Amino acid sequence: MANDALFYLFAGLAIACAISMVYHKNPLYSAISLVGVFIALSCVYVTLAAPFIAAVQVLIYAGAIMVLVVFVIMLLNLEDDRPFNRLRYLYGVGAGLGLILLVQTLFIFYAVARSPKQPVKMDETVGRTLNIGASMYSEYLLPVEIVGVLLLMAIIGAVILVRRLNQPEIEKVVEDELTRRNQADEIGDYRISL
Amino acid sequence: MEPSLASYLALSGILFTIGAVGVIFKRNALGMFMCIELMLNAVNLTFVAFSRYYADVTGQLFVFMVMSVAAAEAAVGLGIIITFFRNRVTIDVDDASILKN
Repeated sequence: MANDALFYLFAGLAIACAISMVYHKNPLYSAISLVGVFIALSCVYVTLAAPFIAAVQVLIYAGAIMVLVVFVIMLLNLEDDRPFNRLRYLYGVGAGLGLILLVQTLFIFYAVARSPKQPVKMDETVGRTLNIGASMYSEYLLPVEIVGVLLLMAIIGAVILVRRLNQPEIEKVVEDELTRRNQADEIGDYRISL
Repeated sequence: MEPSLASYLALSGILFTIGAVGVIFKRNALGMFMCIELMLNAVNLTFVAFSRYYADVTGQLFVFMVMSVAAAEAAVGLGIIITFFRNRVTIDVDDASILKN
């Protein structure tokens, strides 16, 4: 009973925050609403007896990723989204896609709700950190290692993408550009003098 | 009484729909990025729900993998956004048309 009430409370909170995220034009309001979605979803994970995933959700999503996003918003000093754009047909496409996905969701809801009830194994211990860690480092060792390599690649890629050229390199680029322009000018002068 | 599997799937589907519509409606690269994160979370919810109702740890493990990939995506995606902002002084995706001509 308590589980049911908690699920509906946090499901409503998650949907409300998600709608507010899409609705707001200011990226900072969107980011705060998204943090709300993440925290509500982590509470939903608790009703699913998955405490480890709930903790990791708060740590990684609400803690790490959203702090990164808020930092980028702060660095970029953005204006609000402009209200209308020249790609107005996209609004039609978006509404159509949303409608299709909603119908699909309803279909899945009815299909699963009407399917014959299978005997559900209500094992509360599955989501414990011990069980997850045990299978992570035995049965699923290869995916964990692949994810480690992926994270390393992401770190290197992010550093290389955001790196600025250092001062001598910038001076060299500027000098090359200036000599190129001077040469062009000289050629122009030569032609004019002819 | 436990909420049924169908209600978890419905919540996940609704969140995914909101995220997908948001990706199309937002023109701000950061907004699109956040909507993609929302869609990833909706999928994570289905994983955890199935893991609960089949009493199998695999679903929760792959939620962990999805989170790692989302973190990697955040690092690279925000790097691309910052580079784009440096070159064009905007992050409006409609202005990302350098390759057009």
